[in-house]
Amino acid sequence: QKVSVEVLDHLEHLALVDFRDSEGVERLQKAIQFADQLHEVNTDGVEPMDSVLEDRWCLYLRDDDVTEGNCTKELMENAREKVEEYFVAPPGNIPLPKLEERETFLQGS
Amino acid sequence: KRLRSQVSAALKEGRVTPTQLCQRCLALIKSTKFLNAYITVAEETALKQAEESEGRYKRGQSLGILDGIPVAVKDNFNTAGIETTCASNMLKGYISPYNATVVQKLLDQGAVLLGKTNLDEFAMGSGSTDGVFGPVRNPWSYTKQYKEKSVPKFHSEDQESNWVITGGSSGGSAAAVSSFTCFAALGSDTGGSTRNPAAHCGVVGLKPTYGLISRHGLIPLVNSMDVPGILTRCVDDAAVLLGALAGHDPKDSTTIQDDFKPFELPNLTDVSELSIGIPQEYHAPGLSSEILALWSKAADLFKNAGAKVVEVSLPHTRYSIVCYHVLCTAEVASNMARFDGLEYGHRSAMKDSTESMYAATRREGFNDVVRGRILSGNYFLLKQNYEKYFVKAQKVRRLIADDFVKVFRSGVDILLTPTTLSDAAPYTEFIQEDNRTRSAQDDILTQAANMAGLPAITVPTALSERGLPVGLQFIGRSFQEKQLLTVAKWFEKQVQFPVIQLEEVKRHDSGVFQHQKSASFS
Repeated sequence: QKVSVEVLDHLEHLALVDFRDSEGVERLQKAIQFADQLHEVNTDGVEPMDSVLEDRWCLYLRDDDVTEGNCTKELMENAREKVEEYFVAPPGNIPLPKLEERETFLQGS
Repeated sequence: KRLRSQVSAALKEGRVTPTQLCQRCLALIKSTKFLNAYITVAEETALKQAEESEGRYKRGQSLGILDGIPVAVKDNFNTAGIETTCASNMLKGYISPYNATVVQKLLDQGAVLLGKTNLDEFAMGSGSTDGVFGPVRNPWSYTKQYKEKSVPKFHSEDQESNWVITGGSSGGSAAAVSSFTCFAALGSDTGGSTRNPAAHCGVVGLKPTYGLISRHGLIPLVNSMDVPGILTRCVDDAAVLLGALAGHDPKDSTTIQDDFKPFELPNLTDVSELSIGIPQEYHAPGLSSEILALWSKAADLFKNAGAKVVEVSLPHTRYSIVCYHVLCTAEVASNMARFDGLEYGHRSAMKDSTESMYAATRREGFNDVVRGRILSGNYFLLKQNYEKYFVKAQKVRRLIADDFVKVFRSGVDILLTPTTLSDAAPYTEFIQEDNRTRSAQDDILTQAANMAGLPAITVPTALSERGLPVGLQFIGRSFQEKQLLTVAKWFEKQVQFPVIQLEEVKRHDSGVFQHQKSASFS
């Protein structure tokens, strides 16, 4: 059962990475096929496991005290585009072009 | 070679200084550059650290066993002031503003950080062949043993192309330790990434229990499975490193809060109280007859020494790799979302919109393997697939973890399994299949331990017919590293794995190394 172009396009939007070529799409198809083997396992009555440490439950809350910070200078150093203490991004609220308008491998499918 | 008995003593007695040790390792790194084990060599800072260590020794104020000991760290751990790339274009030029907790701990104890080692991009892979800085070469490709025994398919001119892979994804760390350029290295282990290359490179690879060592500063792949891994040349050294690194970290809320007490390994002589389990499902398809025989021989070794050796079953073993595939890609899809070009790392020149900048940045920054996993992960996390794949995988995970609980509850102390299906493959052969296929094949024996969060260690056992290392794996109970390592140490002593005889670097032997190389294991 092949994945539809709509879903492939949707995935590219969600992930913000591209399939790039037919190999990329094949890769996904094979990955799904591989994952389908899970359905051979009977999991009736089995609870999903989030963490191997569930019995120890070490995820805890701490007091809302400021214990570190004041490292703006260090953090800004790795950003390419910045103004004063702001990271600069291109304009937002502009959706990615639709499939028909984009230059993407999926157009041909 | 051995930290405690030889080098540490030598440093303490002043027979060798930290600076000399550091310089020798740096020189060796230069002369073994063809291995491509290191991405960044931090020469200046290493020498400075060695100098400081020397000062401490002179004043009689050494910080402990690790003071002055050269170590290397996989390039997916943050190291302040040093580039951290994860072997990806996405992080080329990224200078970490902080040290990962494990790195900080090493530095606090005086270790000398030589550099960052090579890996598969973002630790995704089982060959250390898919990073942007190129593949890592297994040092054993350059030994007399391998050259004599490898099938003479190639003429001497072609010997260049006959080299074998290190395994992965912590191949650089394994190669670094194996070729004597450092005494210990940090790797990471999510599906076997520390144990696999350790086995192929003839070194000890320890995957600690999930929750024992802090992941703060380790660039995450799968938050529920990642652990920092330890690579050393002997089990005692692994225990030393473990002692230095384990323990609760307030910056990593997935570390357990129990106090961790570092331990010295006893010299086990009596194994009659021990129960070793041999999981039948680990006789996996594709397991080489050679490794099967070694595994059997090892079981007999324990039996003849008086231990109880029983066959056990972990029925869901073969689904472990499928389960991993779904959970890993799902967590990867989430973890890789942070790379958008804004705060750090590569940023595309695209300016049309925020989203298009993100998309272009990620298009340019990630390789096929990473992008493939992100897309697969997103597929499994789609609303219509969530229950069917992600939650289903979480349920299967519980079944896999329960398999181990049942076996350990039945009285088995330690499981003995192979680590890899065969010895290291030649690079030209390995790259014939794609990353996902290879990972699925190679992780089969190591992955379940990550699924269940259990500690596991691979110990170099023997050389294959091709003259390459083969390791065997021990899996222990949660947080029972002392027992696990004690048994591993006993086994190490029994098998007397040969020392690597690197041809190209024989000329560079100097006093200390000569002494170490000629020292036997026992």
